[in-house]
Amino acid sequence: MLITSPSFKDNARRALGDDKLQQALGNVQTGFIEKRRKAVDGLPEFEALRDSARDIKNHTLAHLDLYLEAYEAKVKAAGGHVHWAATAEDARKIVLDICRAAGARTVTKGKSMVSEEIGLNEHLEANGIRPVETDLGEYIIQLRGEHPSHIIAPAVHLTRDQVEADFRRVHDHLAPGRELSEPQSILGEARRVLRPAYFEADVGITGANFLIAETGTSVIVTNEGNGDLTQTLGKVHVVVASIEKVVPTLEDLSQILRLLARSATGQEMSVYTTLSTGPRRPGDPDGPGEYHVVLLDNGRSAMLGTEYQDMLRCIRCAACMNHCPVYQAIGGHAYGWVYPGPMGAVLTPSLIGVDKAGHLPNASTFCGRCEAVCPVRIPLPKMMRHWREREFERGLNPPVQRYGLKAWAFVARRPRLYRRAAAIAAWGLATLGGTKRRLASLPLAGGWTRHRDLPAPEKSTFLQQWQARTRP
Amino acid sequence: MHVEHATPRPRVGLFVTCLVDLFRPGVGFASVKLLEDAGCAVEVPMTQTCCGQPAYNSGDRADARVLAEQVIAAFEGFDHVVAPSGSCAGMLKKHYPGLFRGDPEWEGRAERFAAKVHELVSFLADIRGMDAVAARQAATVTYHDSCSGLRELGIRDQPRRLLRSVEGLELVELADADVCCGFGGTFCAKYPDISNAIVEKKTARIEESGAGTLLAGDLGCLMNIAGKLRRQGSAVEVRHVAEVLAGMTDTPPIGGR
Repeated sequence: MLITSPSFKDNARRALGDDKLQQALGNVQTGFIEKRRKAVDGLPEFEALRDSARDIKNHTLAHLDLYLEAYEAKVKAAGGHVHWAATAEDARKIVLDICRAAGARTVTKGKSMVSEEIGLNEHLEANGIRPVETDLGEYIIQLRGEHPSHIIAPAVHLTRDQVEADFRRVHDHLAPGRELSEPQSILGEARRVLRPAYFEADVGITGANFLIAETGTSVIVTNEGNGDLTQTLGKVHVVVASIEKVVPTLEDLSQILRLLARSATGQEMSVYTTLSTGPRRPGDPDGPGEYHVVLLDNGRSAMLGTEYQDMLRCIRCAACMNHCPVYQAIGGHAYGWVYPGPMGAVLTPSLIGVDKAGHLPNASTFCGRCEAVCPVRIPLPKMMRHWREREFERGLNPPVQRYGLKAWAFVARRPRLYRRAAAIAAWGLATLGGTKRRLASLPLAGGWTRHRDLPAPEKSTFLQQWQARTRP
Repeated sequence: MHVEHATPRPRVGLFVTCLVDLFRPGVGFASVKLLEDAGCAVEVPMTQTCCGQPAYNSGDRADARVLAEQVIAAFEGFDHVVAPSGSCAGMLKKHYPGLFRGDPEWEGRAERFAAKVHELVSFLADIRGMDAVAARQAATVTYHDSCSGLRELGIRDQPRRLLRSVEGLELVELADADVCCGFGGTFCAKYPDISNAIVEKKTARIEESGAGTLLAGDLGCLMNIAGKLRRQGSAVEVRHVAEVLAGMTDTPPIGGR
């Protein structure tokens, strides 16, 4: 997908001026934050579970090679295939080859951010294969030719009436006067339209929330049941998953699952938690004839052993973006690539380069709410700061910022000079502020005064006044 | 015989913060009064400038470290180091040691220093055991939790508890009090439009609270919120919580009326 992260500022400005988007973003607050709070308050051991999940993921990452190999062996033992994809391009090629071998013309898809990361839909379409998204939110944005704006609620940037208009436009074979005013009726229509696609599809592609090393199982966590239909009705089931999704045991899974839905939607559990191990066995009532797992690296193994390793603990619950004031203000598309919000601000520079994604770790107030709600305790602000350090070292931030900072630091390192400069600034600003005690505009502070007044100081600084008071 | 102080008064170094020094000296004097009321001997080292956050949060670790050395050298001799800001106290307490990790000369020094650092209101309540102040103000106020104080230092109940002891003062809770105001230090300069969208939500909640005065413990947030309220023509006044706790509200509010 096209990367627009370098024009983050323009993206954000457009988003702030988009009334429909602003209306839709209001739902993030009511839809997620309160529900999570209630779910967390209702589970006394929630904080202990966070520690435990962090430790499980840390342990796994410390031995990632061993667990991935153990996982691969179990998948093979169950009759499945494992494909290692170092890059997005490798992964696209592997999936396309599997689809071609199955003679596929239509594939159904469960929700998968990794498939977004590798640009799978575009690649399949370019090669004559029709991908059909079956998650309601994904289906809606596929109709609109958009990408997800949120990692668990891909169409959260849209209002209900926008979706209704899209359905009336695209489903033109249905009665024009039909009722579509409720989310339920929209879901019902999507179900009716999608049902035949499950039977037409030769291949079903899903992501994975977790991979279990001890059993070779892939796990998806969904609310609509579309993932189950996608992976059981096709002749072939392809799982695309990134390497850090592996956890050692089913017991580990059960611990992390207690955090995931509560952190994400405020549910105790998602409606469906589906475990798949290998293809259909003799005697199984249903299931795919072939089972493939595409394990994507795409830059992740390079994060191991670095200050960004902790990011690989992420279980994609989206609590960080739901609680982020910046995400709430501008939505996900402004971030300009697959992963938005605080987790995206750390992960995206690792995956596409900080030269392209440099705005993302800077566009944070460091309010710390993301870290406070992260179920696996990822220190997101700290890692954003590390990206800022990499940018500073490489001279990637704008010259005005760099030289401004250097000039300020030069003065701040010299207390006598600093006191004199502060005294002049206080006197000057106080004079400009006049009796109103504020400034409506100020050269070089246009960003501030475009939107707010600048409170004026008194005519002398605290240190001046203190010295005058204490000097005999 | 009158014994002024049965136990020696702890020596407190006041780290006034660069914003208070430049923009709101009254917060510095209010801090001194509160600390003295709490039985401390207050000193103000003249070699203080800034805690270094602008450099630290812009990725300039080298300058951040030099400024940290300057602060540590000026303040490490005190029994306690107190700042009227959760953000700057958080920098001194939570982030300085990391700047010296692996440096045999400085690491232990930075950690010993960090252990002495406190934000003003939590120092009064938690360390000095202050549970009431001798101030009066007939006003309905609401309180915004600044992010660093709340999430790095756990400051939430202390200011509310002390505010409730102010005679004549009514404290009403602010919806989303724990949500960022959009200041974010250099963030508001780098992304002014996003910062504005965030502070607009904050001022809307403040207006809805019905309070006549907005208080907080960090001057960065206060200048951001006051600047927005004044631009919007609001009647709500803005002050640092220390001014009210010290009963020093005869000065005009932040940004005027």
